[in-house]
Amino acid sequence: MCLSIPMKLVEGDEFAAVAEVDGVRREVSLMLLPQAAKLGDWVLVHAGYAICQVDEDEAKQTLALLHEAAEAGVLDWGSKK
Amino acid sequence: MKKILLAHGSGGRLTGELIRQAFVPAFENPELNELSDSALLPNLPPGQVAFSTDGFVVEPTIFPGGNLGEISVCGTVNDLAVAGARPLWLSWALILEEGLPLEKLQVFVDGAKSAAAQAGVQIVCGDTKVVPRGKGDEAFVVTAGIGVVPPERKLNDKRIEVGDALIVSGTVGDHGATILACRHDISGLELKSDCGPVNRLTEALFDAGVDVKVMHDPTRGGVATTCNEAAERGGHRLVIEAKDIPVSTATRAVCELLGMDPLYLACEGRVLAWVPEAQVDLALAAWHALPEGAGAVRFGTIHERTPGTVPVSLRTAFGGEQPVDVLSGMDLPRIC
Amino acid sequence: MSEDLDLAALRRSLEDPAAGGAMLKRIEQLASELDRPITLMEVCGTHTHSIAAAGLRRLMPSNVRLVSGPGCPVCVTPIGWVDRAMALAAREDVIVTTFGDMMRVPASHGTLEESRASGADVRICYSTRDALQIARDNPSKKVVFLAVGFETTAPTIAAALEEAEREGLPNFLVLAGHKTIPEALEALMDNEDVKLDGLLCPGHVSVIIGSEAYQPVAQAGLPCSVVGFAPNDVLVGVAELLAQLVANKPAVKNLYSRVVRPEGNPAARALLDKFFVQTDSDWRGLGSIPRSGLELRSEYAHRDASLLEVELPVAREPMGCRCGEVLQGTIDPPECPLFGNGCDPEHAVGACMVSSEGTCAAWHRHERLALSAPQS
Repeated sequence: MCLSIPMKLVEGDEFAAVAEVDGVRREVSLMLLPQAAKLGDWVLVHAGYAICQVDEDEAKQTLALLHEAAEAGVLDWGSKK
Repeated sequence: MKKILLAHGSGGRLTGELIRQAFVPAFENPELNELSDSALLPNLPPGQVAFSTDGFVVEPTIFPGGNLGEISVCGTVNDLAVAGARPLWLSWALILEEGLPLEKLQVFVDGAKSAAAQAGVQIVCGDTKVVPRGKGDEAFVVTAGIGVVPPERKLNDKRIEVGDALIVSGTVGDHGATILACRHDISGLELKSDCGPVNRLTEALFDAGVDVKVMHDPTRGGVATTCNEAAERGGHRLVIEAKDIPVSTATRAVCELLGMDPLYLACEGRVLAWVPEAQVDLALAAWHALPEGAGAVRFGTIHERTPGTVPVSLRTAFGGEQPVDVLSGMDLPRIC
Repeated sequence: MSEDLDLAALRRSLEDPAAGGAMLKRIEQLASELDRPITLMEVCGTHTHSIAAAGLRRLMPSNVRLVSGPGCPVCVTPIGWVDRAMALAAREDVIVTTFGDMMRVPASHGTLEESRASGADVRICYSTRDALQIARDNPSKKVVFLAVGFETTAPTIAAALEEAEREGLPNFLVLAGHKTIPEALEALMDNEDVKLDGLLCPGHVSVIIGSEAYQPVAQAGLPCSVVGFAPNDVLVGVAELLAQLVANKPAVKNLYSRVVRPEGNPAARALLDKFFVQTDSDWRGLGSIPRSGLELRSEYAHRDASLLEVELPVAREPMGCRCGEVLQGTIDPPECPLFGNGCDPEHAVGACMVSSEGTCAAWHRHERLALSAPQS
């Protein structure tokens, strides 16, 4: 029971905000976030609630590793992480 | 007088007023203006008569990209158009809920008027009934339409052959996604129903000389269901290329949020056409010349249906092929 | 962080067959080194769905088998619980609110969808917040939310309860049906019939419980990788499990670190703890698993819909249904005599078929080609 997508906080305050992805917006509750979020943060949204912030550094690392894999043709993930 | 009352449906003075003030001026044509029991129509041009009907219960009745009035005209026009017919005349029967604001009714009337004008059809007869408050969900519309298929056009699922291509006139699932978004408080500037008449698209293929085998409009159940039905009737096997399915960014985002699949969401302004491989470029060029066909692409190919194969399958980016079923029950927004 | 997160680029590369192909090569290498049958399990309906939709099962080396465990919360909800939900819906003073997934689950006598057709007030919600609003708009009715789901979803029900308490909204109630994954994993590992070599851990449950929650599993000797849901997320996870098997060093590897932290989300867990207490719980097809369910704490009895009076039918399991074995990964769906033979997504006999993330539904939708003639 896991369907969640990353969305960006674009409006609102510490309790309720509007999040957006690909131009599509919905109100989300921030009640479940472990740390205070700010506008511009990416959060993972599940059933109308932000359940965590997206760690942008980790996301970028994943992106870089996948690019490398595609270039190199063989991936040895274990040696990278 | 700002709301629909039960008396508007009684057939008496208020009904007459409504017809003369709201409907006749909007749909202005000699047959309608007669306001007799039946519309008496000119003789039909040569060809086969095509006749179609549809009921419209869309909720919300006004949505980004359209409204009940527009969709009620487009739905029937499009059924006629994809059968190869030139749509001519429509009936427009309303069942209104007591208490419906007249302003809203006017929006529906204007929508029907503009869709009819775009499609080049006349609304020549209609009816109005009113049901008590609570029994009608604002408004329901039933339309029926008559068109003529010129004699040289032969469209049939059984004409589809191995090697033929499947093309679509634009992005899929936009209407269904927009309606779901409205119901689940999701908004977006780019979120818009694709509601619109498709008869210019269908005529464009014939004008270009494309040997169209058959056409369908992917409404309820979406592209997946429509293609399955065609494949069952035609006895062929369709393979859809996942990477070629045109989906708008907004529709894709709504689908991800709600756990839906765009292949199963309704389109109300798109055409699916099965054409010979050699004429794909010709057909797409004909569509690209029209604004409503700007996003047209080819996304499927017909193969032989050997025993044990499924009628429709999807070739994914990872090289696998999965069956694509008809819509099962209602596609419910998932949490899982 | 100088540049903005390029989400579109990330999404593309997570679905990029070139990167996927590279990982498949690695998987082939490792699988041939192992040179024995390997069974890897996922325990998340969303994983079941995404693996089937991307056709990953068929791309695995011949000695690597991907199976689904009890990861679909709808599928493991006991029939008696759904009977209770339907009985609540039949009460004049109740509005039942639910996620869409529950509408077509076959109970002893019909489904919630059929109840609605017979006049019961049943409403589908995308979020518990929608249910809260329904409660505000209908003060004379009891609005009952069907709380099904694992640890990803349970906090959203706890948050709704918190909002209802703060606001003093008396008519919002919950029928508690949440289940927890770590306890289910323990039970699976204790079951001798279940032979596993590795675990793909559910990415979003892990957001809440943290990657460290799987340490007991790894310490018991089972490699674990925490992964997201895109095809390349899964492939990376499979490669990691095989690498751990080759090195004979089972551990918990977090490969979804963009959202999963070792400690998970403590705020969400604290809210869960405020309203719920762990209890022994019945899993359809698996029997009772200790401490694997969440029930409302007694101080919130005023929000507990299971205390409302209803008449319950005798719970009836469908005959011939082998959902239980499917849920443990000991058989594949086609081995159930009812699969495609009376039980299909349109006429679901068991819950595994009804939810689109149930193993049987996922097979029926996406895997039938593997059972039929060769592909073109």
